[in-house]
Amino acid sequence: MSVSDQEELAAATPAAAAATPVTVAELRASREALHFARRNRKLLLGAGVVLAFLVVAAVGPLLTDHGPNEYVGPPAQRPSADWWFGTTMFGQDVFAQFAHGLRSTFLVGLLGGGLAAVIGMTIGFTAGYRGGITDEVLNMVTNVVLVIPTLAVLLIIATYLRVRGVVPEAIFIAAFSWPWVARAIRAQTFSLRSRDFVDLARLSGAGGARIVFREIAPNMSSYLFMTFILLFGGAVLTAAMLDFIGLGPTDGMSLGLMMNNAVLWSALPLGMWWWFVPPGLGITMIVGALYIMNVGLDEVFNPKLREL
Amino acid sequence: MRQYFQRKLGIYALTFFVAVTVDWVIPRFMPGDPVQTMLARASLRPEASEAMQAYYTGVFGLDVPIWRQYLNFWNALLHGDLGVSIWLFPQPVTSVILRAIPYTLALLVPAILLSWWAGNKFGAYAARRRWLDNTVLPVGYVLTATPYMWLGILLAWALATVAGIFPIAGGYSFDVEPSWSPSFLVNLARHWFLPFASLFLVMFGGWAIGMRNLIIYELEADYSHYLEALGAPQRLVRRYAFNNALLPQLTGLALQLGVIVAGALVTEIVFSYPGLGYLILQAINNQDFFLIQGAFLFIIVGVLLANFLVDVVYVLVDPRTRVGMRGGA
Amino acid sequence: MSLRVDNLKVWYRTLRGEVRALDGVSFTVADGELVGLAGESGCGKSTLGKSLIRLDGRMRHVDGTVELDGKELPIGDSERMNAFRFKEVSIIPQYAMSAMNPTRRIGRLVAELLESRGVRPDGVRDELLRRLELVGLAPEVLDRYPIELSGGMKQRMVMVISTLLNPSLLIADEVTSALDVSTQKAVAETLVSFRDRHYVKSTLFITHDLSLVYQIADSIIVMYAGRLAERAPTDTLVTTPRHPYTRMLLSALPEVGVRYGDRRLTGIPGSPPSLLDPPAGCRFRDRCPLAFDKCVEQPPFVEVAPDHQVACWKAF
Repeated sequence: MSVSDQEELAAATPAAAAATPVTVAELRASREALHFARRNRKLLLGAGVVLAFLVVAAVGPLLTDHGPNEYVGPPAQRPSADWWFGTTMFGQDVFAQFAHGLRSTFLVGLLGGGLAAVIGMTIGFTAGYRGGITDEVLNMVTNVVLVIPTLAVLLIIATYLRVRGVVPEAIFIAAFSWPWVARAIRAQTFSLRSRDFVDLARLSGAGGARIVFREIAPNMSSYLFMTFILLFGGAVLTAAMLDFIGLGPTDGMSLGLMMNNAVLWSALPLGMWWWFVPPGLGITMIVGALYIMNVGLDEVFNPKLREL
Repeated sequence: MRQYFQRKLGIYALTFFVAVTVDWVIPRFMPGDPVQTMLARASLRPEASEAMQAYYTGVFGLDVPIWRQYLNFWNALLHGDLGVSIWLFPQPVTSVILRAIPYTLALLVPAILLSWWAGNKFGAYAARRRWLDNTVLPVGYVLTATPYMWLGILLAWALATVAGIFPIAGGYSFDVEPSWSPSFLVNLARHWFLPFASLFLVMFGGWAIGMRNLIIYELEADYSHYLEALGAPQRLVRRYAFNNALLPQLTGLALQLGVIVAGALVTEIVFSYPGLGYLILQAINNQDFFLIQGAFLFIIVGVLLANFLVDVVYVLVDPRTRVGMRGGA
Repeated sequence: MSLRVDNLKVWYRTLRGEVRALDGVSFTVADGELVGLAGESGCGKSTLGKSLIRLDGRMRHVDGTVELDGKELPIGDSERMNAFRFKEVSIIPQYAMSAMNPTRRIGRLVAELLESRGVRPDGVRDELLRRLELVGLAPEVLDRYPIELSGGMKQRMVMVISTLLNPSLLIADEVTSALDVSTQKAVAETLVSFRDRHYVKSTLFITHDLSLVYQIADSIIVMYAGRLAERAPTDTLVTTPRHPYTRMLLSALPEVGVRYGDRRLTGIPGSPPSLLDPPAGCRFRDRCPLAFDKCVEQPPFVEVAPDHQVACWKAF
């Protein structure tokens, strides 16, 4: 494309003209962020732990040729070369349960967290950008859902369902975890929407959704990503508690269910630590790693926090 | 300020209304005749089944139009009638729950208050010393990432099964008669300690981390820099920063209430502690829907009340909520 | 001499190296003098103001000395510097509008601050009330929270607080930047009255607005890229500036009664050099229309006329 063509194009659309210098700066910013991301210890450590568990979740079940609920060995065995995590009160392989449970954990976390993120962002952006009566109504909805204790509602819903799966569980969790996200995004959107680059986009005829997607959201991309990580961790914890009460998926295995079974079948007084330590440890490590990742990401994206 | 409370109370009233409606609506989504299905699922003695039938019909009132059913439900609710427990027939749900509530409150109230106070103090202190900061921070993150019931399990295993210092289950020993004697109170306390400690530790981690981050933020604020420029000693600057950081922590407490209550419920289950959580577990296992519904409503009311309490405290401690701009140029 | 700064160097630590924000600055301020310190953004004037009272976390005192009333100011040592803060050296910060703790009543804030510095609040109360009246604030303002005050009121309150203990040196750091024109005038006049009533001895008025500072300052220092360009009594500087930078700054100012058609405003093309790795010699070299080969050598800041100092080879 010749220089004159480029100039003509740039002059034709103010938004494009505004976008070009922004893109260059954006590129520099994201490359700079990547540079720091590769060096941030907390981010690397956290991501490493999560990835390690992901590998176990993906590969683990393939290493065992039996299902998590099959009775494969003598009951209540300590960990050994045959049974890496020992066996349960009924002779089921704890490691197989653990690996399968991890799968369900990651699924619930990603699905529940992701869905909550989408809901929260949609409501937050809409309320923040439109303002007025839309904002008032959405605000009221947000406040109501915010106050309702998640577990209590899930209690009622899950009790009446005969059959429950991982996906519905994730959906339920997502339906009640989004309020704080919506609030935070709404506040940010409010302050961003009166900025110049948004006015420019509006002048060039861009509609509301386009402006949110192309101008406002990219400005907050780092924050949105960190929000997703927090939601992921939160979903994992909530699902574990639900499963522990016995309101989790009716089929399959999960880490919370393992702990439920362990407590139910007297693993505590009998000291069968190999049954209840791995599932809780797994959750703690994954969620802890996610939180630490978040701290690291904050340092990467926020120059003021970087250690000199 | 009046507007502030009006808004808050409005939200709480709306929430209660929504929660009760959800509670009433859900059973009707089940296919078929809800009454028969529910009765079939619960294995009942014949006389219980008949009484149940009568009550259910009154509440679900299939011979009665739907809006009437809804009103009947509200009517019963406002009279404190949450139905009769299926599992513990013929005891009314309300009295079963009221027996369990003191145990749950005995866990929740001290755990929340102490962990909030101690966590905030500790987090503020950690922000001052590098070495402390480097140890407190990871521990705090691990604690707050720990599922409530798992910490309870660990404590039960370590201090009860292995070390034998504390009992592993129950509100008090089976062989002891409840009374006001000191020995019984000690017995109660011994059974109370592990679940309390479990709740306390997880929450403590969260508050410590939150306060540590907030303090750092406050110490970088303009008013802190101004005081330092005028030579104010660190203790004055830190005192102001701490007081200001408590405000968002208070708001955070209100936001966390739902999670904290859930945590208390699962912790009780680990220790078979006779509070609301253990009751709910048994209700689920015995398919006692009325008990579950009753517990749900109790939890909702409790959380709303606690939220309101925090709102009141917040208005008292943050002067900005009480005053607005009062003119002048 | 009230204030004497000798070859002061203060650098900032950054991830990419050290920024030489102040690179060898020397000047004096006489007793009772109100000196304006002017320059564009990034020239180091704010760094100079800050380093005289409290170094930031990133700032490093590299070289040079500061003397106040004959005593050396230990600016590199924050603990020893504390004895001087508020009592001998004080500052009205750039962020005056958010400088007060939002959750404390103003009167209580002042009392706690005074107590923490070993001054009994009761002993100063009458003086405080007198000064409030001087700046046009009612005594009730002490019972209010900062949020109840307007921006201008907060500014005035901070001015009163900062000067309450009659410091020898007052640093006013961009105190008028965020204000409208009429409030700017009021603030500037208040600073003059503080000096006239001996609430403060010497004042260093830091600003980027030459047209404002020339109305109240006794003499003006012009800074560029971490070094001093020129210093002269106000009238001299405005009528006969010797440094090319000063001259271009002045011609960039609109003049009342002069229409754009008759005489055009000229800006100064280009931008200041990066202070991470500053060029050798005069730093204005690249933008200066008068630059010649000697300018690769840094010109010294010397007196070319009584009380008139310039750092330019062409000025001698």
